[in-house]
Amino acid sequence: MTEAHQSGITGIYPKEIAADNYYYVRSCIRQNFFPGSETAFLKIMRNVLGKNIYDDAVHTTCTGIGYHSDIVPFETIQTVVARQFALMTEKGFENLAVSCVTSFGIYCEIVETWKNFPEELDKARVNLKKATGREFEIPRNIAHASDIIYKFRREIAKEAKYSLVNCLTGEPLNLVEHIGCHYAKMFPEMGVGGAEFTSVLSSMIEIWGGAVVDYPERRHCCGFGFRQYLIQANRGYSISNSRKKFESMEPYHPDAVICNCPGCTMFMDRWQYVIAEMENKTYGQGGRGIPVLTYEELAGLVLGYDPWDLGLQMHQVNSEPFLDKLGIRYIPSQKYSGKDGKIMAGPVIPACIK
Amino acid sequence: MDLFKRLNEDVRFREGLKACMNCGICTAICPAAEFYDYDPRVLVTTVESMDNEEIESLLKSDAIWYCGQCMSCKTRCPRGNVPGMIVSVLRKVSQELGYFTESRMGRQQYAIAKTVGDNILSYGYCVHPSKINPGLHPEQGPVWEWIFKNREDIYTRLGANFDKPGAGALRKISREALDELKAIFDETGGTELLKKIEEFSLKKAHESGFEPNGTTEDDYFREVYKKNDHSGIK
Repeated sequence: MTEAHQSGITGIYPKEIAADNYYYVRSCIRQNFFPGSETAFLKIMRNVLGKNIYDDAVHTTCTGIGYHSDIVPFETIQTVVARQFALMTEKGFENLAVSCVTSFGIYCEIVETWKNFPEELDKARVNLKKATGREFEIPRNIAHASDIIYKFRREIAKEAKYSLVNCLTGEPLNLVEHIGCHYAKMFPEMGVGGAEFTSVLSSMIEIWGGAVVDYPERRHCCGFGFRQYLIQANRGYSISNSRKKFESMEPYHPDAVICNCPGCTMFMDRWQYVIAEMENKTYGQGGRGIPVLTYEELAGLVLGYDPWDLGLQMHQVNSEPFLDKLGIRYIPSQKYSGKDGKIMAGPVIPACIK
Repeated sequence: MDLFKRLNEDVRFREGLKACMNCGICTAICPAAEFYDYDPRVLVTTVESMDNEEIESLLKSDAIWYCGQCMSCKTRCPRGNVPGMIVSVLRKVSQELGYFTESRMGRQQYAIAKTVGDNILSYGYCVHPSKINPGLHPEQGPVWEWIFKNREDIYTRLGANFDKPGAGALRKISREALDELKAIFDETGGTELLKKIEEFSLKKAHESGFEPNGTTEDDYFREVYKKNDHSGIK
């Protein structure tokens, strides 16, 4: 039974995803750690799928990390979100495309609050008007950016230059998909496939030729924990969660981990390095880590984009073993090039993880 | 003060607390319960008791600061309770009343306000590359040190509009947009909360013999950011 079929059996989460005309809201974490993913997403939307998507200079953080670490009040974040909606409204859009899973959860939570507590919506309207003079409409459709890639996964497959298949054996590559808690755990109906049988990434993986790894801790949190990572003294919580997932997936020999959420991508990547430093333990083959990619990076590779244009050099765990399995040709010396092709010295290579 | 009543003023509290039947599924699914001495079921029971003294103790304890806000509890509770949302409201009230400085985990809010809070209002981002100092983030590994040192080159190469006006990843958020963000914080209690966190924290710091200067370099920041042992704090 395929993943897509399995989620189809539940049949209770048919998510509506707008087909065109999106207002794009960026992710703090993705911009900092994987900016090439947002660049690739917009390129795919415009150049491959021919979609109209607006990238606005004047939107800001949704303040979601501050909200979930309790330094931003609910009333404040509601009004910041109202401002993002006002900017969308002013530009003539009704469909929100969200780059960040934390933000996506925030937008869903606030719109749901406004449905259940209309007085909160009234308050947000008054607060926004007083603070900025702006007015807003609630989006007709809120999609995480991965929802849109999921919706058009077949169109992307038609343009594919590579399949998620081991070029030497012809076997599908084994991919772990990690969804990110705030995509569907809070509002299962807002995620493709719901909270347990989430199929937003697994459907992409399968249609692009790969196999999805099912493992016991598949739906476990990556361990961000907001304040549990932001404070150095608490990071044991964060790494312990990721470690639990790696220990659980290790026996299935995944070729890569594909993440939905920018924060999860960063933690699944960086904590492998830290576990290697702390315990001399690596989860990939031959002393390597398991490459961790965003879904935009995966889509970009399938479409034949250069791995270094996608930004795979910003990952701590080297992705070359995955690229080699896919049969992707790349120029190693270009990995650490800067703007205008300038070749730079690369990062220090840690001894603990190849 | 009737603390239950105070908590109940927040819509998230009313949304998150129905009638708990003590099944414990929230605790079973909770990552914080796995790695900390934490039990969301007990926390909900305490709140539900409406016992003012118990709730005050809770607001002054580490217990409300362990949750990682993954919200797995929301998916699972058969009664529609959301301990993660209840925790958010407990934390809000703990900060408003200054109770957070009575617990080790609560005191950490000073460091979050000084980092994430400043990032939001100064840059328009929760996280900004110029503020992710590799010294405070060794877990980011050598790759981040490399990115941090060469950030303009690397971000530009990847199509970002780093620190420049206009659209794009890591664009410089305009003064006008930052002013709107600040006005929202002023209008909605965001500025007031940051001020309270700072005032209560500095009071606690001075009482304990620290000499904080309100920056990420000060002795109290380092204490609450880095240390699991706060035996030096009164």
